[in-house]
Amino acid sequence: MPSRVYQTEAIVIKRNKFGEADRLLTLYTPGFGKIRAIAKGAMRPGSKLGGNVELLTYSLLMLARGRNLDIITQAQTIDNFIELKDNLELISCSFYITELIDSFTEENVEDQALFSLLLNTLRDLSTNKESARILRYFEIHLLDHLGYRPQLGKCTGCGRQLQPEVNYFSPSHGGAVCRECGYPDINARILSVNALKVLRYWQQCDNATAAKVKLNHELSKELKSAMREYIKYILEKQLKSIDWLDELNADYRK
Amino acid sequence: MNLDFLPVAKPISKLIEELNKLPGIGPKSAQRLAYHLLQAPAEKSRDLAEAILGIKENLKLCSSCLNITDRDPCSICNDETRDTTKICIVEEPIDIMPLERTKKYRGLYHVLHGVISPSDGIKPEDLHIRELLNRLSSAEVTEVILATNPNLEGEATSMYIQRLIAPLGIRITRLARGLPFGGDLEYADDITLSRALEGRQEM
Ligand SMILES: [Zn+2]
Ligand SMILES: [Zn+2]
Repeated sequence: MPSRVYQTEAIVIKRNKFGEADRLLTLYTPGFGKIRAIAKGAMRPGSKLGGNVELLTYSLLMLARGRNLDIITQAQTIDNFIELKDNLELISCSFYITELIDSFTEENVEDQALFSLLLNTLRDLSTNKESARILRYFEIHLLDHLGYRPQLGKCTGCGRQLQPEVNYFSPSHGGAVCRECGYPDINARILSVNALKVLRYWQQCDNATAAKVKLNHELSKELKSAMREYIKYILEKQLKSIDWLDELNADYRK
Repeated sequence: MNLDFLPVAKPISKLIEELNKLPGIGPKSAQRLAYHLLQAPAEKSRDLAEAILGIKENLKLCSSCLNITDRDPCSICNDETRDTTKICIVEEPIDIMPLERTKKYRGLYHVLHGVISPSDGIKPEDLHIRELLNRLSSAEVTEVILATNPNLEGEATSMYIQRLIAPLGIRITRLARGLPFGGDLEYADDITLSRALEGRQEM
């Protein structure tokens, strides 16, 4: 018989209305993966939960098991990413990140590494603000982690060695393809030599090392287009937060 | 909730079910209200039913501020004693009420009917921002007060609007964000506390 009350760290990735003053939260936790829980009275002024369970907050929570949904009884902020919340572009980037996590994960599947990736990404975004690099690095490692690792070695179409020339990225093949394989593929996106290099490099390096790569506007656009097409292909839908991200041009910067 | 199991006539269980859907009405209160209505004279029920239908049939949005009204322009926009140089931006019509209760504000309003919430697919063009810009370009407005809710979507919406209207050179203010009255310092979260510190005032 599991205990009725338990404690966990969590990042609030989604918040929906639930009755008048309650909120239904979608949380990402290190030990339980994605879970949903109720924050009672969270929106009343003076609520002890209040800002501690606000969207995009990393908190220590006490929860009581409920019949359907667990109920948050206490909350203490660990990090609220305040620099991120004061910046419109970074807010739109984090909406995109949390929508990705929400779309790609099922409830109650433990994934410590994915939790760390999410936390590091939000921290990186708050402190470094290089949104283009941070978003792409996040996408590559999210996909890798969930079994959609982009294949960047040989051509995923014919298996030949990729030449140091303009190749393609094919969502349906899940990786880089040569000219002959990429040309007839309508979903394939052009992948320059530099773009392929950056993808390969980021795939195997840590976050801090990834930051050493400086992207110009063209390269940034190319990487974005390749990753977006791939994600859209896997999820079979366009993410809702993308339009706003584009409107603010948030991921063009740097 | 399905109440077919209740040992009552179908019309009563139907009414209980509908009342139970209203905010703040639990199953117990829904039962009490249903039996109260059952015993009340028929014309009382008719008055109530008509009042409920009336809010759907007779109400529209004010063509200026987009508040819900039965006359266009609404009573606030039509009030000649109001200060037309100030516009206070709120998320929903219901947000006007608490501000009016303070009796501290005599300007006009503008209702957005929502906030930017990308994960729910609500984008800036889904809000009544264009109408706001039209109002600002024609009227003699000197101050815009942003009164969206102090949460992430509310703040993002305010930042977005601030950016849009900044080129117009109108003074833009934001409701102070700080500690709630009757609250407790110990339980305040870090963002509320740091904003309260930033907004501290001389005594
Ligand atoms: Zn090939
Ligand atoms: Zn009006």
